[in-house]
Amino acid sequence: MAQAPAPLPKDPLGSPMWDYHAKKLFAGSPVVFDERVQVQLPMLAENQHVLPLTVDARTIPDVQRIVIFADLNPIPVAVDYRPISAAAFIATRIKLDQRTPVRAAVLAGDGVWHVGGAWVDAAGGGCSAPPVSRVKGDWADHLGEMRGAAWPEGDGLRLRLGLRHPMDTGLVENIPAYNLDELKVTDAAGKLLGAMTIWGSVSEDPSFTLLVKPSASGPVAIAARDTNGREFDGKLALAGNGPQLAVAGQ
Amino acid sequence: MKFSRRSFLGAAVAVPVAVRSDQFAGDYHPQAEQIGDGIWVVRGADQPVEFANGGAIANSVIMDSGAGAIVVDPGSSLAFGKALDALARQLTGKPAGLVYITHLHPDHALAAGAFDPAILHALPGTRADIERDGEGFSDAMYRILTGWMIGTQVVLPKGDVAEGPADFGGRKLELFALSGHSDADLAILDVASGTLIAGDSVFFDRAPATPQADFALWQAALDRLAAIPHRQLVPGHGPVDPSGAGTDAAIAQTRDWLTWLEGALRAAVASGLDMTEAGEIAIPARFGRVAAARYELQRSVSHFYPRLEEEIFPRIDG
Repeated sequence: MAQAPAPLPKDPLGSPMWDYHAKKLFAGSPVVFDERVQVQLPMLAENQHVLPLTVDARTIPDVQRIVIFADLNPIPVAVDYRPISAAAFIATRIKLDQRTPVRAAVLAGDGVWHVGGAWVDAAGGGCSAPPVSRVKGDWADHLGEMRGAAWPEGDGLRLRLGLRHPMDTGLVENIPAYNLDELKVTDAAGKLLGAMTIWGSVSEDPSFTLLVKPSASGPVAIAARDTNGREFDGKLALAGNGPQLAVAGQ
Repeated sequence: MKFSRRSFLGAAVAVPVAVRSDQFAGDYHPQAEQIGDGIWVVRGADQPVEFANGGAIANSVIMDSGAGAIVVDPGSSLAFGKALDALARQLTGKPAGLVYITHLHPDHALAAGAFDPAILHALPGTRADIERDGEGFSDAMYRILTGWMIGTQVVLPKGDVAEGPADFGGRKLELFALSGHSDADLAILDVASGTLIAGDSVFFDRAPATPQADFALWQAALDRLAAIPHRQLVPGHGPVDPSGAGTDAAIAQTRDWLTWLEGALRAAVASGLDMTEAGEIAIPARFGRVAAARYELQRSVSHFYPRLEEEIFPRIDG
């Protein structure tokens, strides 16, 4: 801490908010822009309330944290994921309030932050329009409903999970902030595989894809908590060679 | 169908950054192509709505009649509608007497303000759709098209079109009320030329757009269109299909795409892909000539994925 903070590298995206966010997020730690932080995005933000993205930093060794943020969002950080016994990989969906850089910052074991991302053009208002379930009025009927499945992948499991939650940003008139703020994944032996802190800029009905490496066979436990202290639990089991999901339509 | 989660992982994702500074809107020069006696198609660009094409991506049709020109789908902006109106007058020697709007989408409907509101007609469902979504679509089009959109406002058509025969100034038409691409999709048969004007129920060599789509209803609409005797078909997007009833290359291709798309999205959910991954799945080689295929696949992922996840994934709580 006696060292002077490393100078920030020039932002290849030329964002007006890079210095501000970088100083806050990285607090003087060394930062590099690194193509190994792959932020996969669709060609267009079809829905500014639901921008899907996949962060894949598996070629960076010993990843400690993956922070997903959008420079020009009023709630810039969406997810701070700690892949404890898990691959440096996460897919989720976030809101965009306007055209903005969308980035992932990956903290490696040597204390260096590796950053990747791209500009995404988006219509306005992703954070400041009420969620669909508030408009429909049925959010409370479905709060905490969790769905998902698990598949074998590599030497671990691919988990897909989604949870019904309005993820209120606090930026909509008369609707205070109310969002999921913590999610933990634990294996059948009680070992913590991954944990994340979540902000209101994650889309309504949050969805996550993670690649975890359980130490024991058996169902993987999901434990989430929201800003009202309400807790949500679920169990993801791998059935046989993978889930038998009904693909056929009606 | 097999999906590889790895296939996309090494792929660099190029996200185009629109740079709109120092760009100025141009003028529209819609071109008419005669496809029968007193009937012309005005082809849209087989592209997404982009600044470079001014939003002129949908096909319009102009027909001659004893009571003035008949225009099907005025287009995307006030300026385009005015240019189309002038073109119709030049081709038929008469002012527009009747304008049909096939469905709510802004690339077809937003130019309505270029015409006398008294001659704007659509299905009742289309009027209701535009009343609900028109302003939102207008905002989205202004955001992308900026100067091209000057003066464009949402103008509601009369919701007075019903299925059945129609006669305007001696031109005999057959009107069909469909749904599936949207809540209300109008198709029009020009009896004399045997031209089926399908609106966006049919796309040809340009991938179908699905923001309001219902797969089952859309397939049923294609069944109905295929059963209508016709000599040629004008799709909402893409070239005129001259193959006629029986072969119907454009209807067959639209059906093929929708069947593949629904199956592919379901398989993607069931095999554990997330949305960005589903947007990168392989598109079958037979769709190689279909423009904007990857673009519309990724839009469709956005439109359908959360619903399919809710349907396919089991509850894992409590």
